[in-house]
Amino acid sequence: MAKGLPNSGFDLGGRELEELAAEAARFKGESLWQDAWRRLRGNRTAWWSFVFLLGFTALALFAPILPLPSPVSLDLQLEPQPPVPPWETFGRSGFAPEYWELSSLDQLLVDARVGLFADWQTGPWLGTDGKGRDLLSRIVWGSRTSILVALAAALCSLAIGVTYGAVAGFLGGRIDNLMMRIVDILYSIPFIFLVIFLITIVNEYRAELEDGWGIDRETVFYVVIGAVYWLTMARVVRGQVLSLRNQEFVEAARVLGASTARIVFVHLVPNVLSIVIVYLTLTIPAVMLFEAFLSFLGLGIEPPKVSWGLLAVDGSEMVNPVKLYWWLVVFPAAAMGATLLALNLLGDGLRDALDPKLRGKD
Amino acid sequence: MLRFVLRRLLWFAITLFVVVTISFFLMRSVRGGPFDGERALNEAVERNIQARYHLDWPLWKQYLQYVGPVNLGDTGPEMLGGDGSDPFTGILVFDFGPSFKYRDFTVNDIIGQSLPISVSLGTIALLWALVLGLSAGIASALWRGSGADVTLRLAATTGIALPNFTVAGFLVIFFVFLIPVLPVAGYGSWKHLILPGFALGAPFAAYIARLTRTGMLEVLSQDYIRTAHAKGLPPRLVILRHAIKGGLLPVVSYLGPATAGILTGSLVIERIFAIPGTGSHFVNSALNRDYTLAMGVTILYTVLVYGLNTLVDFAYTLLDPRIELEDS
Amino acid sequence: MALLDVRGLTVRFDTHQGSVRAVDGVSFTLEEGETLGLVGESGSGKSVTNLALLGLIPQPPGVIEAGEVHYGGRDLLKLRPRELQKLRGDEISMIFQDPMTSLNPLLTIGEQLAEVLEVHRGLSRRAARVKCAAGLGDVGIPEPESRLDQYPHELSGGMRQRVMIAMALLCDPKILVADEPTTALDVTIQAQILELMKALQERHGTAIVLITHDLGVVAGMADRVHVMYAGRLVEAAATEDLFRTPEHPYTEGLLASVPRLGGTFGTELLTIPGSPPDLADLPPGCAFAPRCGYATAVCTQSVPRLQPVVDVHAEAPRFAACPPANRSRRRAGGRA
Repeated sequence: MAKGLPNSGFDLGGRELEELAAEAARFKGESLWQDAWRRLRGNRTAWWSFVFLLGFTALALFAPILPLPSPVSLDLQLEPQPPVPPWETFGRSGFAPEYWELSSLDQLLVDARVGLFADWQTGPWLGTDGKGRDLLSRIVWGSRTSILVALAAALCSLAIGVTYGAVAGFLGGRIDNLMMRIVDILYSIPFIFLVIFLITIVNEYRAELEDGWGIDRETVFYVVIGAVYWLTMARVVRGQVLSLRNQEFVEAARVLGASTARIVFVHLVPNVLSIVIVYLTLTIPAVMLFEAFLSFLGLGIEPPKVSWGLLAVDGSEMVNPVKLYWWLVVFPAAAMGATLLALNLLGDGLRDALDPKLRGKD
Repeated sequence: MLRFVLRRLLWFAITLFVVVTISFFLMRSVRGGPFDGERALNEAVERNIQARYHLDWPLWKQYLQYVGPVNLGDTGPEMLGGDGSDPFTGILVFDFGPSFKYRDFTVNDIIGQSLPISVSLGTIALLWALVLGLSAGIASALWRGSGADVTLRLAATTGIALPNFTVAGFLVIFFVFLIPVLPVAGYGSWKHLILPGFALGAPFAAYIARLTRTGMLEVLSQDYIRTAHAKGLPPRLVILRHAIKGGLLPVVSYLGPATAGILTGSLVIERIFAIPGTGSHFVNSALNRDYTLAMGVTILYTVLVYGLNTLVDFAYTLLDPRIELEDS
Repeated sequence: MALLDVRGLTVRFDTHQGSVRAVDGVSFTLEEGETLGLVGESGSGKSVTNLALLGLIPQPPGVIEAGEVHYGGRDLLKLRPRELQKLRGDEISMIFQDPMTSLNPLLTIGEQLAEVLEVHRGLSRRAARVKCAAGLGDVGIPEPESRLDQYPHELSGGMRQRVMIAMALLCDPKILVADEPTTALDVTIQAQILELMKALQERHGTAIVLITHDLGVVAGMADRVHVMYAGRLVEAAATEDLFRTPEHPYTEGLLASVPRLGGTFGTELLTIPGSPPDLADLPPGCAFAPRCGYATAVCTQSVPRLQPVVDVHAEAPRFAACPPANRSRRRAGGRA
């Protein structure tokens, strides 16, 4: 028979306690993640966006092995050729593996492709651009760069932002104040200018960076972009940590004897994680657009490499009143738009799924 | 109230100081000067230029000259050995110095010429953003779940997903080639700004639509809306008087970042549509190492963004009686 | 003729998890000037019943399956929204539980009060203001004129609820529906608010429907009490009769679980065993049967209907949804 508190004179009655426990076991509670996953699965648009993104990423990863024409081989005699649908020209010969410097893994895939398909390549299904390069191939290869840039930069901003914000929120007081003031100042500087400065400056020292430190222009690019986007993440994380710090469940954990480390990792981090994930999925599209923006200004990815930003730029430059090279604008825009749309929808879906305030409501 | 303004000014001064100092030393300490790209100049001319732009001075002196207010050069106040013809110079007296690239003009001239155009463009973009965004957002919220709502939301998300120069490209294809209605490039009248304004404002319209929709939906689910209905107010009145105010609050606080974004986006749009605004000058100045022009534009934009943000914060406190005028 | 006559009101909600009958076959009447207490736990359907009267249930996902609500010679459930809207705030008013969230934080008290008069009486802002100040004075708010220009967050909880009451009474309604008006307030303020409502009722002759889970509130204010459980009415009686001899086992449990001052220290606090049922998954028969100490086989077979109770001491006709056989067995002191 279960007793109540010692020396209290109250007898809880073992039977009742067991009954209560048995009854409680009947109601299956849901953890935050289970609830979120269920909601996400139920959200059709978000789910399909997720699937789409997975598919696209797979396509990008395996691009070297696909039988696409080279994204780089020039043919300066021709002007842009309109798209030729697959049922007219499914494929042709004449493939030559011309790329920029590939990683060894990619090189392996290319070799495998040559082994599989010899010199067969797909036809100009989406047309060619002003320098004779196949658009479909450029879009697929461009996706690799764009996705890589977006991920790297987003992760960079995440690393900086989460650390900064968590430290500020956790330490609180004057340090927090100071740290946030710095963020405020940086926020009001139109960072675009700093970025442009930074990149032009970095251009100047490119040779040293590459030879001496092994840092190529792209790495700098990622770091610069990441360094620009961390501000919002820091603010958000700090706000979250601040509000969590004072919540009762933290006190309860402490009262139950949890160590600081345990509190931070078991209780605080998962709660912060959800908001970080949401912001990450919303930062990635912003970074992709930013890359496009910089490429437009000539400060981004350089030829012969391809990115969606460069494609969009090429497209808008080819717009002239005499000949309508619509495919150069429409297809890259469709690819970029679809991906960013999917990211945004997924981000929205994640936010709806993870926001505790919406739990249980619809 | 006064404390609020003073506090803001103080932070602004600090921000500006940081920006100016960092940019100044960053630009000057990097290898490569403003005249590198030009034809090789003969010695005399080069010395002349060095003297005129004070490039032969030590850095700290150039900095002080740039900030002002006292002119440390030959035409400065007599107290310092000059001839007294031009005692004041520098940012603190709103003199941004001569342009390095366009040597017949001062930065003030260039900015003065191009700024009104950029401001007009920005204003039109903001108007597009507000009109489109608010109506789409409110319609979406009121007819939640309907076909119209879904379409509008999709349009909004697409607007955010495309870079503004792609939207510009589509617009040009549409309104210039397919349906030749509007002028496409250059600047002659306000008509030239309609299309660029739309391209510039489109992503912000999309974001405002989403914010409005979410804000309105949240307001509509509040208890006080139920009270309003229980009081027997006609639905139109419930929306207009009770719901809209609360629903618009997030949009008001978004106006700050939105204007900053419009300024940024103008760099691209001005290039595409060949509009002689300040934005195009900025990018060129960074590439040309035209220090003074680059600094001038940077400072200008910092001032604009900061001022607008302060105004927005102020407006927000006017709208929401629960918020007090503090530096939050 | 009763002022308000509700017959067989049934409200269903269709959600992702299934359909739920929040209110099932509820009938009651309300006479002029009387106070009717509607008692039940959260989820018993008491609030939904009254929201349905005023047409305040969002029609998806809510559906009014059946019922009639007769008022002033018309069936409120059949009225067009326009007509219903004219009644609300004018002849039938409602006040809600949480005065902080029930008032618009962005508008002044004066604006929120005045619009009732503007819409229903066509008064100008100036004329309305005078009446509003008078209304605030009636509910015991000091310096009413200056309050008109204040915002809700500048007032205390008790004052806000007074404002809500004033707002509801501005047009001198025939019926006031008070949904848990004191639940969100401190105990001392609760008493004040209830006293206020009683005084106003005497002055204006308003009929009040008082919705609450607190039996103490009901004991002090209501003339008659209706008890609801799982969306159904289980007992109806005059207040004194109910407290004297509860007929339904649920009512009995409710009364027994109220701790009494002056009881013997160390005795166990009584509760009703088990927990309220899931409305989406109600047991066949009486919804209370699983928790009832007197339940028999009959109870689990069919839903018991409200039947008249024979009570020689009763002030008014009483009803209970429990078979007479169970009741007499209980009176004899035995449990099933």
